[in-house]
Amino acid sequence: MSFEAVVVGLLSHTMLTTEEVKHIALLARIGLSEAETEKYRKDLSGVLDFFHELEGLDLSGEQDADGIPVKENDTREDRVVAFGSLGREDILKNVPDRTDGFIKVRSVF
Amino acid sequence: MIRALHEKLKNKKTTAGELAESYLVRIADRDPDIGAYLSVLGDEARRAATFVDEKIARGETIGLLEGIPGAVKDNMCMEGTRTTAGSKMLDGYIAPYDATAVGRLRSAGAVILGKTNMDEFAMGSSTESSAYKMTKNPVDTMRVPGGSSGGSAAAVAADMAVFALGSDTGGSIRQPASFCGVVGLKPTYGRVSRYGLIAMASSLDQIGPFTHTVEDAAIVLSELYGYDPMDVTTAESDGKRFEDFLTGDIRGLRIGIPKEYLSDALDERIRKTFLASVERFKSLGAEISEISLPHAKYALPVYYIIMPSEVSSNLARFDGIRFGMSVNDQEKRFANSDTLLETYLDTRDYGFGDEVKRRIMLGTYALSAGYYDAYYKKAQRVRDLIRSDFTKAFRDVDLIFSPTAPEPAFRFGAKSSGDPVGMYLSDIYTVTANLAGIPAISFPMGTVEEDGVALPVGGQLMVAWFDEETLLRGADAFEKAEK
Repeated sequence: MSFEAVVVGLLSHTMLTTEEVKHIALLARIGLSEAETEKYRKDLSGVLDFFHELEGLDLSGEQDADGIPVKENDTREDRVVAFGSLGREDILKNVPDRTDGFIKVRSVF
Repeated sequence: MIRALHEKLKNKKTTAGELAESYLVRIADRDPDIGAYLSVLGDEARRAATFVDEKIARGETIGLLEGIPGAVKDNMCMEGTRTTAGSKMLDGYIAPYDATAVGRLRSAGAVILGKTNMDEFAMGSSTESSAYKMTKNPVDTMRVPGGSSGGSAAAVAADMAVFALGSDTGGSIRQPASFCGVVGLKPTYGRVSRYGLIAMASSLDQIGPFTHTVEDAAIVLSELYGYDPMDVTTAESDGKRFEDFLTGDIRGLRIGIPKEYLSDALDERIRKTFLASVERFKSLGAEISEISLPHAKYALPVYYIIMPSEVSSNLARFDGIRFGMSVNDQEKRFANSDTLLETYLDTRDYGFGDEVKRRIMLGTYALSAGYYDAYYKKAQRVRDLIRSDFTKAFRDVDLIFSPTAPEPAFRFGAKSSGDPVGMYLSDIYTVTANLAGIPAISFPMGTVEEDGVALPVGGQLMVAWFDEETLLRGADAFEKAEK
């Protein structure tokens, strides 16, 4: 099968349900209107068709990893280091809602 | 170009101040039309240029990049500058630090002219999804410059920067380089630090240069690369300079053409240009052979599972609390964001564009309970197989050659309306290098005629991990043969 046919071929359709899209949107913390939910339901279903190409694939083969560079875990000391020329203020000035050195959030209760 | 400018500076034929000014003038003249820049940093550029001129006046030697004007894609932090990643979500965000790559350029004396436009959070292949503006392809202003680093590619192509930094996760340096007729290099994963690059997909992202020539790309890479304790995926540097390896001699260099990349569906005009380029490599003494990358056809589905999964995790930080915009700033608009949950939902609904939301949700789905094994885990296993294809191929060849993109620059709107998959297919030849982690370069290999305009078409070379010397030598020899 040609490269393009495999990629473009929509062999079967994965149609997400509205409930599934709402669930995903909530997990992703993205608020969607009813109309947006429907739009993304179609978009995402279209992209998911792509993934069917991986279904029949035989993954049992031996992998040839010879020559691939490997790096050992590289850790540094768990130490507090002063940040930047102005320090905390440089970072905190981007915070939308703050009081003194505190970042404010809406209540969770 | 960099070497020539460097000579002029050394021999006092021009000053860094004059150079910077000439580029700022050209930006003021052309960029209102092209739209490559999101912020122009005139004062900062002049300050950096003055510093170099004072060094020269004191008789000190200067490095190759000192006084050379360049641009930086707006997903890289530069201290004190507005850094938006092309998104409303970071409107007003002032970076409190330099990305390592940016810091190294500044230490090397480069003069940063400004931050360039991009697809929002680097997601796209046309720069059309920027929340701020469109960037036009300088070769044909009815067409896109490619993406996601379209602003950087256009800035170099339109002579509004000598070089520019871009980032490449699935082709976002190479494809715009192909569309705009410039050189674009994606180094080996681990070559250049990602610290300060606003993360898209952390196992795929890499920073690299856009330039007019291969030698210039080598020079910029020499300043960027090396170990950074702030990014532990980086490899140690051995102090080499990549421009020292451009001998111009590629006799005996073995170049493989992947048969899977030249299917019947490839645009006939691109095939012709590509095959002519193969002939040129042959005439320079390279040995051409056909190779196979049997898992190449799975690269796009694998990429569009792994990348969104990593995106969904990396973009979780944009919650309206610590940085970037928040709906709590806009009390009038979102009067009922009373709870923390609503702050998240409303900020992310308002702050993110369509493509970003699409990819976050795709990734969330692929990683969610019940689907993780079927999608993400399987995609990672297939990724290992794709990597193995390259390990095997590089036993028989030194370089792999293919077209960079399946088409020349398309018109605005041609792919952005309707089916998102159409846009994803632009990445067909480029994603494999990101999945495997190998370096790849796009360089101009010719033009194709469309609507009376000669549109640039890029050739892509790929090489084994950490072998940028061979990659650059191959591309440089091709480029020199044209002259």
